[in-house]
This record gives sequence, C-alpha cells and structure tokens, in this order.
Amino acid sequence: MGRQGNAMSHAKSNTDESVKAGRNSEAPTGSERLAALGGSVLRQVPGPLIGLIAVCIAFSWMSPYFLTERNLINIFSQISEIGIMAVGAALVILIGGIDLSVGAVVALSLMVNAWLYRDFGVPFVFSSLVGLGVGALVGLVNGVLSTYGRVQPFVATLATMSACSGLALYVTNGGPVTGFPDWFTGLASLRIFGLPFESLLMVGIFLIVAWWLTFRPTGRSLYAIGGSEEVARLSGINTRAVKILVYVIAGLLAAVASLVLGARLDSAHPTAGISDLLSVIAVVVIGGASLAGGSGGMLGTFIGLLIIGVLRNGMALLNVSPNLQPVVIGIAIIIAVMLDRKTAN
Amino acid sequence: METNAPSSTGLDCRGLVKNYGPISVLKSVDLFLAPGTCVGLIGENGAGKSTFNSLVAGVVAPSDGRMWLDGQPYEPHSPSDAIQRGVALIHQEIRLLPGLSVAENLFLGALPMKAGRIDRRYMEEKARAVLATLGVRVDPRRPVLGLTMAVQQGIEIAKAILRNPRYVIFDEPTAAVGETEAEQIMAQVQKLKSEGVGVIYVSHRLDEVQELADEVVCLRDGHRVSRWTERPVPKDEMINAMVGREFTFEHHPPSPSRDKVVLEVRGAGRSGAFEGVSFDLYEGEILGLAGLIGAGRTDVVRAIAGADRLDRGTISVDGRDIQFRSPKGAMKAGIFMVPEDRKGQGLNLDRSASENITLPWEKKLAKFGQITGRRVAEVGETQKDRFDIRGRMNLPVGSMSGGNQQKVLLAKWLVEEPRVLIVDEPTRGVDVGAKMAIYKILRELASAGMGIIVVSSELEEVLGLSHRIMVMSEGRQSGMLSREEAIPERVMSLAVSG
Repeated sequence: MGRQGNAMSHAKSNTDESVKAGRNSEAPTGSERLAALGGSVLRQVPGPLIGLIAVCIAFSWMSPYFLTERNLINIFSQISEIGIMAVGAALVILIGGIDLSVGAVVALSLMVNAWLYRDFGVPFVFSSLVGLGVGALVGLVNGVLSTYGRVQPFVATLATMSACSGLALYVTNGGPVTGFPDWFTGLASLRIFGLPFESLLMVGIFLIVAWWLTFRPTGRSLYAIGGSEEVARLSGINTRAVKILVYVIAGLLAAVASLVLGARLDSAHPTAGISDLLSVIAVVVIGGASLAGGSGGMLGTFIGLLIIGVLRNGMALLNVSPNLQPVVIGIAIIIAVMLDRKTAN
Repeated sequence: METNAPSSTGLDCRGLVKNYGPISVLKSVDLFLAPGTCVGLIGENGAGKSTFNSLVAGVVAPSDGRMWLDGQPYEPHSPSDAIQRGVALIHQEIRLLPGLSVAENLFLGALPMKAGRIDRRYMEEKARAVLATLGVRVDPRRPVLGLTMAVQQGIEIAKAILRNPRYVIFDEPTAAVGETEAEQIMAQVQKLKSEGVGVIYVSHRLDEVQELADEVVCLRDGHRVSRWTERPVPKDEMINAMVGREFTFEHHPPSPSRDKVVLEVRGAGRSGAFEGVSFDLYEGEILGLAGLIGAGRTDVVRAIAGADRLDRGTISVDGRDIQFRSPKGAMKAGIFMVPEDRKGQGLNLDRSASENITLPWEKKLAKFGQITGRRVAEVGETQKDRFDIRGRMNLPVGSMSGGNQQKVLLAKWLVEEPRVLIVDEPTRGVDVGAKMAIYKILRELASAGMGIIVVSSELEEVLGLSHRIMVMSEGRQSGMLSREEAIPERVMSLAVSG
C-alpha cells in the first residue's frame, strides 16, 4: 500500500539526484539517465511493468507484425478512449470509491450531443459542450449521492449507470445517429508528428492528472482521503468537496472519451461505451491500484492500459477468437495482481 | 542459566530468543508462572513484551529457548494449538465483530450445535453465566456495536475464559478505558487468579501491576533487566528499571498569567452528548478535562474543534465570535485538535511520517500552487529535530514505535502554532520516556502563550500537567478546580456525581 503513492514524485526526485550527482562528478550520459528513470519506474510498479514487458516479448516473438511502427501506433490509437476513462476511474478508486457509470455516461453524453446536433440543429461545438456538461452533471450527482446522500458509491453509481443507459436509448428512441461534421470526424485521422491526435490527447490528460496528483495540494489529498477519510477530514481537508470534484472529473472524462469515440465511428450508438466499464476497471486494477483506496497512480494506470491494449491487439493479430479474449484479460488481471503483491513484499 | 528439571506445575519459559533476520528483539528471557499467581510484565514500548507474549501464545515460534507446560514440553505452533493446551492471549486491541451478538462473538469458531442448527438457547445461557461471573452486565443477545470499551474488553476476557485456559496473558487490557472500568477489569483478573489460573499481566499502568502481581519482571531492549518477587514493588524502582536511568516525576508547570482569554466557550451543547459547557481558557494555560470514559470529554473537544456539529452555544477565539462547521473552519480560527485515536483519526499509517506531518499544511507550503516531495521532506526533518522523533521520516509511520507515532501526531499539528491546541489522550499506549517528552513539549508550548486543553483518562496525567481541571460527568460540567483544589479524591467524586 502507498508504495505507488508518489510514483511520479519519486521518479522526479530520482532523476534530480542523478542530475545533481552528474554536476559534481562527470556528466551523465543520456542512457545512464534513462537507466535511472527505468530503475525507479521498476521499483514503483514492478508487477505491471514486468507483465507489460512479458506480453510484449511474447507477441513480438509470435507475430512479426507486432513490433512494426504502424502496429504500435495502432495500439495507442485503440486504447485512447479507454485510457481517458481510466484516468477518471483511477482517481475514483484512489479515494476508495468506484464509478460504475462511466460506460453509460459515454453513451448518454454522446447521444445527447448527437441528438441536439441532428434534431435541433444546434451547432456541433455547442452540442458537444452540452455533452461534456451532461458527463460532469452525472459525476456531480454521483458525488453528491455518495457524500451528502450517504449512499455507498457502488450503489449510487449503479443507479446512475442504469438511469444513463436508459436515457441514452430514450432520447432517440434507441436509434443511432450518423453524420457528424467533417472537421470533427477528421480529428480521428489527424496526425501530429505522425502520432494520432486522440492518443496525444489521452497522454496529455494522463500527464496533467499525474502532475495534479503529485504536486497540487488538492490532488495530493486524494491519497489521504483514500487512506483514511477521517484522518483527512480532521487534518482540515474538505473531504466532501474533494470527493465530489473527483466524481465530476470522472464523469467529464467519460464525456471526453465519448467525443473520441464519436469522431472515430462518425456515429453515435446508444449502447456505445457501455461494455467499456469492465475494461476500464481492469486497467486500473492491473495498474496496481487497490479497490480499498489510497494506493495507485497515473504511472501504474498507464502501464495497465498498455497491457490491456497490447493483449487485445496481439490476440487480434494472432486470430484468437474474440470470444476468448475476455478470458485472457481475466487471467491477466489475476496474474498482474498476484505478481504485484509478490514483488511488493 | 538454570539447568534443573522443569517444574511439574506451571508455565516455565527458559532462554527464549526471537530474532527477525539480523535483529534480535528478545534475548534469552526466563519467566516462570505458577497456577493461581500473577506475573506483572513491564517495559517501555519496544522492550520485547509483545514478542514474548506472541511466543507463549503460539503466534510466532521462538528462535531459541524452551518452554514447558506443567512439566511437559510446550511448543505451540499456532494460537489455536496454544488455546488447546490451555494458554490464552487477550490482545490489547479488541477484536470483536460489531455486527454479531455478544453471545455469537463469545462462541465464534465453536458455535454450539443442536440438530444441525445453532443452539441459541444454550449459547445465550452459557454466555450469560460466564459474563455474570466476570461481573460484566450486558445482554448476550444484543450486538457488540455501541458497547463501551470496558464492556467489550470484558467480553474479550469472557471469550478467553470460555475455552477454560489455565494460563492467561493480558496485554494491556486497560489501555483504552477509564479508571472505574479499569477497576472492573482488574477485579476480573483477581477472580481468575483466585480460581487457580496463572496470569501474565502486561500494563503501562504501574498501580495495576503493583496491585495484581505477585512477581514483576521488567524487560528492556529484549533483556530481562529486573525481577522482583516481594510485594509491593516500589514504583520508582519499576520506572527506573524500565527507562534504565534515574527518573523522577515532575509536576511543576509554571503558573500562567490570567490577563488574556484565548478561548471562550459559553453554553455549548450537542444533543445526546453534552450540555451547558462554559469555560474560559487563558493564554499560557493548560486546562485538564477529567471524567470517566463516556462522560462527554471527547465530545466537547471534538465539537470545539469542528469535528462534530455544535447544536447550541458560542465559541470565541481572542474575543472574536467564530462560526464553523468543519475541522477546516476551526483550524482557520486557530483551534487545532490532536485526536485521540492515532490509527483511525490521527495518522495514515501507510504513508510516510513526513507526508503525515505536512497533510494539514499543504496549501500553505505550496509555492506557485505546487508542493514537491523535497519540501515535504524538509518540513518532516525540521519537525523530527524539534520533537525528537526517532526513526526515518520517509518510511511509513506505521513502522515507528507508539511513542514516536504519538510525537509525529503532535508534530503534525504544530508545523505552525495554533492559538488553542487540544490534545485528546496525548500519551495513550506510550512508554514512560516518550510520555515525559510529550509533557515537556506541552509545557513549553503553554509557556510560549498557547492555550492548551488536555483530555486524559489518566488522573495522574491530568493532575500533573494542568493549571486548572474541569471535571465532566454524564455530559455535564460537574466542576472546575484549581490545581490546589484538585486532589485525586475530589476529582473522582465530581466525576462520579450524577
């Protein structure tokens, strides 16, 4: 527990030290610095990292196509939307909560967005903003229910999940919406320095949230709340406000993910994203977070995300039946968690 | 070491050693316990008492040494094995399941069955009987949730007794209860003794050891440093043996000036907890809050510190009326509370000592909205020096000893100095050395002008530290005594006044 708490800050101070040492003696080479960084990453998230390296080696051995640049970019592109959702889910799990509504929020915010755009002629920028607002609003409801309402987060978000998936079907009577503006769907194929825009967006969100968790007092308080809410409250932290904020962020990020999905598919389906819930939780758990709260972080979550992405992609390359893929993910969850526990001791 | 044959009755431990890797926590300790007698085991935190208990109760295996039980070799390989052989350990921490009934808790693991179902009637009758012999008045059918600590401790004892042990180890049974409750527990120990049970009694409260023990053994740094076989064992000798140096109790807090009121409380009340509490706290004063467990002492200070809602009354700091509904608001007004429960309220044991200390201060410590690990470590080291914390500040605080954890807890609230500091049970479960260090810190803070409220179940502590003592009884303020008036008998009589 707590081992990964300051994943990023440890990584930072370690590199700082190596830089300082370098000034005093001899200049460190780039590879030395890289090795120091790699070492500290290994210390913080040993289980997930070992797992990631193992699956990469296995797939590159089994499929010659796996290690090609195009395939690696593909992997990044495929995990963007789950990754964005996983950031929010990791924050919620970090404070000892759970958000079951993320998948349904994707569906609802995408449908509301598409419905306003198609049936009411609302400019797409505005309908998108409303879609984001819907996500944040559902998060607000989750947060208020689980703090002021004293409903357990599992139950509160189960209720909002049910309501959101129903509403997503209701707005268009179950029908999909197709045909978004070209500039929007164009974002899905936009490349910046050869990298897909959606992947850069996802990585950017990871970095901003990691910075927030490591260096901002409010972000850091998430670890305190997850460790013991009463300790945090008596330490003068407004725990209810912070918890509500976390659920709002989770809802908002799910809505951002819905835009990524909409742009890629050029359509909105009322059941889009609903099946992503389990993958998102799998990512966070494989990344080394404990559902009891107080441990985990962005680095672990990112590695967990890569593991899921590589597994999915590799199995597709090897023509593993799609029906068997969830079985492999299930096994991966167990191995990752057990490996993590073993190396932690 | 003696080489003669083991005694045919009694628990005979010889040369017990326990090593964890290269670290030796118990170094060749001998102890003999005869049936119907009590051996008091004393020592500072970390002296090896708990390790010794764990060896005898089969929780861990010794690295070296032997034990005999009534002449037979005794090598328990698990706690249940030890219980089968007739040796029971009553843990310091209460481990009852709050949702189950008292009777179910007593019989957990060995529920009596009849015709394939739990025999509730038998279970409840048996529970009632065993509780009655211990003088614990509680309905065996009610859930444990909501029972006082003393009653819960009584249930723990009853649970051990139901297994008919011949030797019982009590590990600080009175650490979390008040004076009257402690007396009840001690009466239960006396009763066991009179029935021929051998008792090892571990406690920081030396009065209790004096009263119960026929023999006292003192451990320090894993060694048995002293042994007394004649009663009564002088208290100062015990203290000196524990701390390993000459030691005297000091009771000389300097008198405060009475010109400036820092905290004014008028007619404070909270439904179901306390009513009509009014007092002034002067600059530089230490005000003691005495009373039995459950008298509302903690409720009063929690409400003043914003941890609980205040239903009635007013609070002002330095003459300014303040309104707050959270600890955050109280801290803004200059009132800080060091809570009583280290684990549940004060510290996050999985995080480092430094991180725990900076938690309330991160917004203030941040530069350009950012706080770095280096800044946290700096503050941690400053506080380490100031409060003489022994241990590494970057390791989880749970790995420190109780006394050092308590110092970390104090340090956490004193990164900046509040106007009013409330400390609730500042030395619970802390050894004598750390206790004195904490008293010294509190006195220095008061001399520097802070107003301090001390809540404690140890009368000696309240009397020794405070300039004035407020006594509470059943949620009411039953008296306010000056230091001269506050003799123990007077405080106790106010505490039990209805």
